[in-house]
Amino acid sequence: MSWLLATPLALPFLTGVVAFLLRGRPAGRWISVAGNVALLAAAGLLMARVLQSGVIAGQMGGWPAPFGITLVADYLSAVMVVITAITALAVAVYALSDIGARAEKLGYHALFNFLIGGVTGAFLTGDLFNLYVWFEVMLISSFGLLVLGGRREQIDGGVKYVTLNLISTILFLSGIGLLYGMTGTLNMADLAGRVAAHENQGLITVVAMLFMIAFGVKAAVFPLFFWLPASYHTPAFSVSAVFAGLLTKVGVYALIRLFTLVFTGDTGFTHHILLWVAGLTMVTGVLGAAAQTDIRKILSFHIVSQIGYMIMGLALYTPFAVAGAVFYLVHHIIVKANLFLIAGVADRVAGSTALARIGGLYKSAPLLAVLFLIPAFSLAGFPPLSGFWAKYVLVAAALEVQGWIIAAVALLVGLLTIYSMTKIWAEAFWKAHPDGRDPTLAQLDPGVRRRLLLPVGALAALTLVIGFYPEPFVTFAKDAAAQLLDPTAYVVAVLGDPS
Amino acid sequence: MNSVILRAGTRYLAPLLLLFSVYMLLRGHNEPGGGFIGGLIGATGFVLYAIACGTAEARRALRVLPQNIAVTGLGIALLAGLAAALFGDALFTGQWLFLGATETEKGLPLSTVLVFDIGVYLVVFGAVLTLVFAMEEEI
Repeated sequence: MSWLLATPLALPFLTGVVAFLLRGRPAGRWISVAGNVALLAAAGLLMARVLQSGVIAGQMGGWPAPFGITLVADYLSAVMVVITAITALAVAVYALSDIGARAEKLGYHALFNFLIGGVTGAFLTGDLFNLYVWFEVMLISSFGLLVLGGRREQIDGGVKYVTLNLISTILFLSGIGLLYGMTGTLNMADLAGRVAAHENQGLITVVAMLFMIAFGVKAAVFPLFFWLPASYHTPAFSVSAVFAGLLTKVGVYALIRLFTLVFTGDTGFTHHILLWVAGLTMVTGVLGAAAQTDIRKILSFHIVSQIGYMIMGLALYTPFAVAGAVFYLVHHIIVKANLFLIAGVADRVAGSTALARIGGLYKSAPLLAVLFLIPAFSLAGFPPLSGFWAKYVLVAAALEVQGWIIAAVALLVGLLTIYSMTKIWAEAFWKAHPDGRDPTLAQLDPGVRRRLLLPVGALAALTLVIGFYPEPFVTFAKDAAAQLLDPTAYVVAVLGDPS
Repeated sequence: MNSVILRAGTRYLAPLLLLFSVYMLLRGHNEPGGGFIGGLIGATGFVLYAIACGTAEARRALRVLPQNIAVTGLGIALLAGLAAALFGDALFTGQWLFLGATETEKGLPLSTVLVFDIGVYLVVFGAVLTLVFAMEEEI
């Protein structure tokens, strides 16, 4: 059992080590692809087991629960690991043609796999300090990926990224210290009981706020998101795709995990703040995007605005709303990573991602146009794509508890998202190329074209599948939410049955 | 830096530091010490050498790229953790072998924990040298 949990975590590191020792050689890249295929298989096995027997837990190193490091997989963790593996595999294939020889020589594939290892680690761990370690692994590898190549704007974006993330890390660490001082444990399942039983609930709420700010920076919520649009448009396209898809979502995951499992004593206060944060995040993100004229910058601001929806699901704190947040997470990772990958293809064929300097993609590359329309309309929430169901569940959940204002904000932001997507559509796809260039996909080498478009097509197909058959996904999200809101199964899986 | 005193001193200090780092690594098994501090001390030996004789000379003496040492160390540490699979235990469970153990004698204890510590040693050693060499060369 414990190996089922440990494999998705150990595999990326093993892949990274081998890929680093073979860096600069063709074998290095293929190791990365093979490793991620194996990761997907391991994630699938884990998912199958979780679906079959509910929450599973394993004690690393054979140390029993509150003392050693526990790995836990419930529905939410399992689905996040699967979606991470899918994104990682898509990006690993895309990177075959996207990453230059210089970046490969500097160890791109190793850093990429270490990053994936950090992400799956964060999703699987059941220990708060261990979560901090995975955040650090992610921070170090992502910083490496961000500045790989060393152009001036990359360093500029990288410094902002690392500084703000370090501040969040310090707050996170202080929160961990205080929580350990108060309860004497950092095992999350153990914390759930001890925090609830602590005599000074006011103090607990203060610590909860520390965690909220720390994860808020990682998740890029209002008003802590400024590092994201400052850095995500600078690195290679594969890198920004994996960042856009996964990194902020780890912050959202941590918020969901802690604010459903540990800090549930004063939801009237904490989740009310989260609701304000959600609304403001949605609005500022989408308005920020409206002012941008570069595809990647527009998409970066949209990450921020979409994070708001997920926080909204958590903040409403009803089973239906949390299910919406889970569904939104899954849908969003696929769509957002895909949009960045498409931006990369557009850059390749049309010469830039600045909207003023490109055009004519609809006429010259209709396939790319169709592939763009699927995730773009899904992001905006067009029926019957995956984003429609995600937004539908959230808005319906808000109306259920008479949250008229947040529901209205969610709908309005959806509308403004369409504005940004049509802007990209009109500028990059519809208008003629300003230099009279003919940006066809045929100009790419057939092998390159295949490796760039295959992952894009696969992710778009996944969006369509979720869109046309949302039922099993919504049912799954509801089950995941039920597990989150009643953590008994989680606690029993980790600590054993108290009776 | 071009200093005869430093160069002459380094000639004695560098090997001593390397030897001491191995001592710290092994001592860390039951007493204060271990892979992390051992790796730092070992790296100091080469850092001193790089300051006294230049990074080019230090890189030549090291023979292997420091980043390769670091990543190999990571691999060794990981394999030490994965070894538990052979015995059906959870990841990173220590596996022990008591060489020459009898009824009364405990024998020489060997374990995957030590292998893990050697991995840590190499990670720290390689990572510190990668950073220091890069910074020395920048200046």
